[in-house]
Amino acid sequence: MTESVIGPDTRDAELERPLVDAALENTWATASGFWSALATVDHKIIGRRYILTAFAFLALGGVLAILMRLQLARPEARLIGPDRYNQIFTMHGANMMFLFAVPVMEAMAVYLVPLMVGTRNIAFPRLNAFSYWIYLAGGLLLWVSFVLDMGPDVGWFAYVPLSGPQYGAGKRADIWAQMITFTELSALAVAVEIVVTVFKQRAPGMTLDRIPLFVWSMLVTAFLVILAMPSIMVASTSLILDRLVGTHFFNPAEGGDVLLWQHLFWFFGHPEVYIIFLPAVGMVSTLIVTFARRPVFGYLALVMALIATGILSFGLWVHHMFVTGLPRLGESFFTASSMAIAIPAGVQIFCWIATLWDGKPVWKTPLLFVIGFIFTFVIGGLSGVMVASVPFDAQVHDTYFVVAHFHYVLIGGSVFPLIGGIYYWFPKITGRMMSEPVGHWVFGLIFIGFNLTFFPMHILGLQGMPRRIYTYQPDMPWHGLNLFVSASAAVLAAGFLLFFIDALRSARAGLPAGANPWDAPTLEWATSSPPPSFNFARIPVVYGAYPLWEQREALSVADGLRVDRRELVVTSLVAAEPEARESSPRNSIWPLWAAITTTVMLIWSIFSPWAVVWGSIPVAIALIGWFWPKRVPEDEA
Amino acid sequence: MIAAVKRLSFLPALLPLAGCGGWQSAMDVHGTSAISLKQLIILVVATCSVVWMLVMIALIRALTRSHASRLTPTVVDRGMARRMAIAVIVAVAATVMVITGFTVGSFFSTRALSAAGADDLTIKVSGLQWWWNVQYFGATPDQNFVTANEIHIPVGRTIRFQLEGDDVIHSFWVPSLAGKQDLIPGRPNELSVRAERAGMYRGQCAEFCGLQHAHMAFFVIAESQAEFDKWADAQRRPATQPTDAEAAAGQQIFLSKPCAACHAVRGTKATGTSAPDLTHVGSRKYIGAGLFETTRGSLAAWIADPQTLKPGNNMPLVPLSREELLSVSAYLASLK
Amino acid sequence: MRLIVLLICIVMLGGCEREERQLRLDPPIASALDEVKLMPNGISGAPPEVYFALNRPYETNAYNLDQGKRLYSWFGCSTCHADGQGGIGPSFLDGWWYYGPEMVSIFASIRDGRPHGMPAFRDKMTTDEIWQLAGYIQTLGAYSAKTAAPSRNDDKQSRPAENRAPAAILFDQGPTPVHPDQGPTP
Repeated sequence: MTESVIGPDTRDAELERPLVDAALENTWATASGFWSALATVDHKIIGRRYILTAFAFLALGGVLAILMRLQLARPEARLIGPDRYNQIFTMHGANMMFLFAVPVMEAMAVYLVPLMVGTRNIAFPRLNAFSYWIYLAGGLLLWVSFVLDMGPDVGWFAYVPLSGPQYGAGKRADIWAQMITFTELSALAVAVEIVVTVFKQRAPGMTLDRIPLFVWSMLVTAFLVILAMPSIMVASTSLILDRLVGTHFFNPAEGGDVLLWQHLFWFFGHPEVYIIFLPAVGMVSTLIVTFARRPVFGYLALVMALIATGILSFGLWVHHMFVTGLPRLGESFFTASSMAIAIPAGVQIFCWIATLWDGKPVWKTPLLFVIGFIFTFVIGGLSGVMVASVPFDAQVHDTYFVVAHFHYVLIGGSVFPLIGGIYYWFPKITGRMMSEPVGHWVFGLIFIGFNLTFFPMHILGLQGMPRRIYTYQPDMPWHGLNLFVSASAAVLAAGFLLFFIDALRSARAGLPAGANPWDAPTLEWATSSPPPSFNFARIPVVYGAYPLWEQREALSVADGLRVDRRELVVTSLVAAEPEARESSPRNSIWPLWAAITTTVMLIWSIFSPWAVVWGSIPVAIALIGWFWPKRVPEDEA
Repeated sequence: MIAAVKRLSFLPALLPLAGCGGWQSAMDVHGTSAISLKQLIILVVATCSVVWMLVMIALIRALTRSHASRLTPTVVDRGMARRMAIAVIVAVAATVMVITGFTVGSFFSTRALSAAGADDLTIKVSGLQWWWNVQYFGATPDQNFVTANEIHIPVGRTIRFQLEGDDVIHSFWVPSLAGKQDLIPGRPNELSVRAERAGMYRGQCAEFCGLQHAHMAFFVIAESQAEFDKWADAQRRPATQPTDAEAAAGQQIFLSKPCAACHAVRGTKATGTSAPDLTHVGSRKYIGAGLFETTRGSLAAWIADPQTLKPGNNMPLVPLSREELLSVSAYLASLK
Repeated sequence: MRLIVLLICIVMLGGCEREERQLRLDPPIASALDEVKLMPNGISGAPPEVYFALNRPYETNAYNLDQGKRLYSWFGCSTCHADGQGGIGPSFLDGWWYYGPEMVSIFASIRDGRPHGMPAFRDKMTTDEIWQLAGYIQTLGAYSAKTAAPSRNDDKQSRPAENRAPAAILFDQGPTPVHPDQGPTP
């Protein structure tokens, strides 16, 4: 590549393919080196970091689960005291929800959505970098405080007054509340990026009915994040204000309300379940298509089911509060809405089974996880229908029955598809295949270990074992099942351990994958594995929902983009007709500085309200640096 | 003193072997509402199991039926697609019907549960970190009395529990008798319970309430009206004065040590209200909110080292000599 | 980034002891903690060695301070001292300590009582509890807020929350009443 060829305003149409690649690589690549790594805005690098960090938190949360099972294996065990145990179960819940489940789904989206819609980078790539750093800081805050014996001990739901100023001694609940701020900030940022990417950066021709179902599910999820997270931010901020400056949001004696917390928390907390679940639904739809060798049955019904689930999820938070003594009629309404969400779930299950029915299943590890998903998720969904009934819930609420129910939904409904998705997209991300025989073992251990661990908890709950107890007395009839559950948890843990080992080994020594090892139909498989920094040498043009199956010889592409600066195509919302060439920001270190200053302000504010005043000055400086016009190519647009 | 603690500390380890009193299971039901809840639970679980089996049969069939090889994945058999569409619509319609049935059933059983009889006996229960304060109301205020962690009720009468949270949120739950109800500061709740059979039923706090959430149990003892009246009469009376010398010495120690600042023993100078009323502690089946069966040994062990037996609870370790410990436990055991 | 992680660790190591919950105080330590040496006039003195060996747990540990707050209401302190504002007994918020603001003085006042109405709590509370209560009362009257201090009650508000340094706020509010130099001696 010579300067004479690549001048200002050089278009890819003017160049031969190898030259295009070289020019784009020069424009889009992240240089090697420490500072370049910190400054990168490449969605693939950030997505990979996000995924790795989230899985690290999964492993840590798993260790906590094992500790709890060790303590509960015997009655009146003295392995872990009540103080530490309360921290452990709080950390387990908060870590798994806020640091693993939500971020890992967004991480998958950060990596995959731009590839699946055929664009070169996510929208607002610097915000993307910022969101990762903020997420990392929130995770570190939580874990460092746990190691220092000041981890939150009020449950991941942090009900007042236990977490409030009078009963929550020390800074533990403040750390929980501020960790929420960090993770919500990062989740909101990613949600906005995904919405804009899906709406405005789809490949030409990718009309609404040609969007891959995973992208649809992430779009709905992103809207759920945008609508649900503000509620928890209001809640956690009110809690911090109550605790730090003595406001009275949750103080009944001064006109506050204890139940207000629960309404705010669950108005977020229930959609949260679907924020975790809907991306998994999208993954299942993707995997089923590839491994059943058939277009998904009922595309429109599936999209409608996603949207219906998203809307309904905001109307059933009260089923977490059935025993707080709310008016009966209101409870009945929420019973009905909670039950109603089973309808879109049913539509999806039936459509998937129909797809498999008419397809030709290819028995690879990802399909095994999809089958395991249907098996366990239907159980979790049905036990969800059970607890949606007020009288039924009166007996099982806050017992191990509920623990069993939501682990069936979250692990069976979300983690199974996720692990299947990792097996599926691992070759795309690393360029290497994970081991198929080991994958079968991983599936076997996780599937059997999971069911043996969590199914007996239904029975424990009906036998009257409450949740969140650090021990139980020897004269209760629970010790047999508890010992069994603890032993089974070891099988489950072995499955996850094997998965981690396989992933680490395959990343280095797996078989080379090639661009499209599964003969999958969506656009992310149209580029090399791993994808180049610019994703696609020329922007693909699609004429159907399964472009790689429909255009087997050669994919249509569009050209005319500049190669000497970062450019991508902006298309119209519905018909995805090309509208403009838009520049995409270059690497910048400022998102990192903004994240660091924000972190300092947020953590400092736990100790002094003045932090909001003085701490916002460095944040402002970082933001000015971030947005300062620097006469770089992206300013021209 | 330390030696005495050590000598006594083996006692709690033996206590559990003494026997198991009281069950706590939603499947072992003896209360009116728990019985109908169990019927509902069995019905719903059975229906859901059938639904799950049907889905699994469809899934297995979908996976194992002989599939035509699909060389071009995008070519779809339209006839098959139409048949599948009908099947999916039928399945969704069936889902709608099942959940409508559940919703209606749940609505009517909720209504049935909240109906209360006229001759209700009202008992006020306050949840505190980590014990239960129980208040009975007589015909006149001087007939009122207070006890803790043990609730006696007459069989066959509807009991109206007034539930109040005095510090954090707790949840009142006796699975064998009824479903649970939260005790929320600033929001009094009510729960109607009727025991169909005499017996001793274990209950436990079901809402996470801090360090000793795990050890916040209580017992509901359902007995005949006559036995209940006899018990209530006994509870109303102030504590008996100790008769033997050891218990009398114990009383003196109890009143002169920090014990009396938090606990009340009616009829003595001990009037503390921040801890369970001990007027008739010797007659209660368990101490420490369901921690140990009441014996002299368990009382001594509990007093000697409450923070090892129930770490974080609000009873401090009061330094007592061996003799003091023995006489205080003798005194408390004598408070029948 | 690593530097920042390191920095966070150092800052928080200080918080480590502040949050640890010592649920059970060994009886020998408790009786050693009872051995305070007071000046002859009952003002100030020296806490026992073990108090420093434990790193002044009753002044810096959040759990102990919170327990002290619980004891303040349980042992009826508010009957005379109100919500720290004073009534029959002196205020804790006006910036004036009859017997000095040291922990030993407060400890001795609670344990042994003081003339003109302050009863002795020697037989009503354990040593551990007296220290916890003393720590809380010292916090009430502190001019600068402690980070480990508890916060407001879930109750009618009668003064700013403890961690907002109520003493500093109320101390500045108006003319301080005239105080005698020191409390009455027996």
